[in-house]
Amino acid sequence: MFSFTVPLGKLVRAVSRLRGGGSALPGLVVEKIDPGFMQRTLSSLPHGVAVVSGTNGKTTTTKMVVELLESQGLKVFTNRTGSNFTRGVAAALLGEVDWRGRLDADVAVLELDEAHAVHFVNKVPPRYCLLLNVLRDQLDRFGEIDATALLLQRIAERTTGTVVLNREDPRVARIAAAVSGPEVLYFGLDQSLRSTFPNDDDMRAAAPGTSPLGDVAASPEADVVLRRVGADDADFEFDGTRVATHMKLRGVYNIFNAAAALVLARSITGASGRPGDAAKLVKALSEVAPAFGRGESLTVDGQPLELVLVKNPSGFRLGLKSFPAKGYASMIAINDNYADGRDMSWLWDVEFDSLREDGVEVLTGVRAYDMALRLQYDEVRFGSVNTDIPAALAEFIRGSAGKPKRVFCTYTAMLAIRRELSKITTVEVVS
Amino acid sequence: MTPAEDTAPHASKGTIRVLQLYPREMNIYGDWGNALVLRQRLLWHGYTPELLEYNVGDDFPEDVDLIVGGGGQDSGQVVIQEDLQARAEQLREMAEDGTPMLVICGLYQLFGKFFKTKSGPVIPGIGILDVETVGTDERLIGNVTLTSSEFGEILGYENHSGQTSLGPGVEPLGTVSKGAGNNSKDNHEGARHRNVVASYLHGSLLPKNPAIADFLIRTAVERKYGAFVPGTPDDDFARLAREHAARRPR
Repeated sequence: MFSFTVPLGKLVRAVSRLRGGGSALPGLVVEKIDPGFMQRTLSSLPHGVAVVSGTNGKTTTTKMVVELLESQGLKVFTNRTGSNFTRGVAAALLGEVDWRGRLDADVAVLELDEAHAVHFVNKVPPRYCLLLNVLRDQLDRFGEIDATALLLQRIAERTTGTVVLNREDPRVARIAAAVSGPEVLYFGLDQSLRSTFPNDDDMRAAAPGTSPLGDVAASPEADVVLRRVGADDADFEFDGTRVATHMKLRGVYNIFNAAAALVLARSITGASGRPGDAAKLVKALSEVAPAFGRGESLTVDGQPLELVLVKNPSGFRLGLKSFPAKGYASMIAINDNYADGRDMSWLWDVEFDSLREDGVEVLTGVRAYDMALRLQYDEVRFGSVNTDIPAALAEFIRGSAGKPKRVFCTYTAMLAIRRELSKITTVEVVS
Repeated sequence: MTPAEDTAPHASKGTIRVLQLYPREMNIYGDWGNALVLRQRLLWHGYTPELLEYNVGDDFPEDVDLIVGGGGQDSGQVVIQEDLQARAEQLREMAEDGTPMLVICGLYQLFGKFFKTKSGPVIPGIGILDVETVGTDERLIGNVTLTSSEFGEILGYENHSGQTSLGPGVEPLGTVSKGAGNNSKDNHEGARHRNVVASYLHGSLLPKNPAIADFLIRTAVERKYGAFVPGTPDDDFARLAREHAARRPR
């Protein structure tokens, strides 16, 4: 059985690629014919497996962890194709193993969707896990956010070495109480920055931190604390030292997740307390570029065009806060496909006042008129409304020539926009 | 495109006090949208809105004209339960007296007789509505369309595992043509009693269903001032958003 798995899986992978198919089929085939393949292959890695999960920022955070580990000379296996589910991991593995099924890597860093992560950790207990946040994302798939928090807790319970938690998200921080074996480390925020990260319980609360879950009694010590965020730099504190660094990443939430990536990378490499390694890690962090659509900047007609992915109210609010409207032409693209979430309620939990002064040029996506209605109630001016994304994008680019542009978009709208941009103009990736 | 300017009142026709019930705990899935719509439409109709909040342990505000309440996590429902019981009689009196109220999802359930949770314990409701809710393993999720004799076609989005059945003391808000509504057995959605509108629908409910928003506003104004003199809110985008929403899959 063992000897057949890899050649057969690789064959299916090659064939499905030729057909332009997705990444899941070869994984499915391998899962069926050799259920132990993934566990056997991954358990041979010297530093084991690290799982990154949570509702927001998995892709960028995973990218950061991988680049940080590579800066320390580690060979890293990761699910780069964005297939953040078990079969996607199996498929990615097939691409990397040699014909005898050996994986040439020191560690695996895997981005996993909350629900799929539970299936994965039941098969492959990870040595490390990094749990980012529980926000209102795709609730129509997982039900309530308390249920999502339980999924993350299952990941922590199956982790054998180190659990890294967001100290500032009460639903994540309290997972510490549920794990007994592994070491628990936190990433945290300076007091002065906490108000820029409202959690869902604070959304309509009179005073920040008065969550119905109760305050996490006396905040635990964090391994890495984000102390300050500037326009293109940030201060992190660890091992009792505050380090200032330039950052290519944009957006405060990305930079907070950089603190998370630092904790995990320090733990995996054993770099804690070694100043030389810490400097290398911070240098690598400063060079991480955003992932697709996560504050990514393209050049269109000689002007920057930024894509900001918005998936849930907290993400949209942080996006509006992180990328001020002043001087930019804005477009908003809202789809309601399965991957976006079908419920439009979330738009009503975002305040759009920050767009009032400059207005929004174009609204598009399947639910463009829901967005128009939302802006009408916040008294934000907008130009045209067109559910057809290619036509709306062309109009946006034509109508805002000579101005830097920004597009806030849901996931499938972002895919459509990238596809269009590569057709109608020269798309050059600049950062 | 700024309706508030177009229809801004020269002199207010009166003040309406809108109370949000437990916005701190019961605010999931855009319940803020309902309060915002009431505030803005009162302005567009030429009235002055006063938006008030009532949270656990607060003093209950005087002279409330309209009440709006939303859904919450199960944990949120536990937090408010005791406080809600302490306010039960006052809220019942207001409802029987004809105060317009909109309760969505979690507070719809708690405005009923009881919620028997999946794990066994029974959470008592405050009995304003003759409805009973039982927790189940089945989650009813997706777009919903229903027809109401009072409000015409109503559009929204449901996401609940509690299933509610209506007693003889209430009427359904409407009859479902897409989606589940109160439960997976009959085709009723929501409940009506006096001027209380109860529904499982998020979306948020009021932005795309201005007829319900205006019913609540008209009732509140008539009770306070005798007659309602409407303004002319621009509902073109509400109409277009409804047309597009109605075509979306379940």
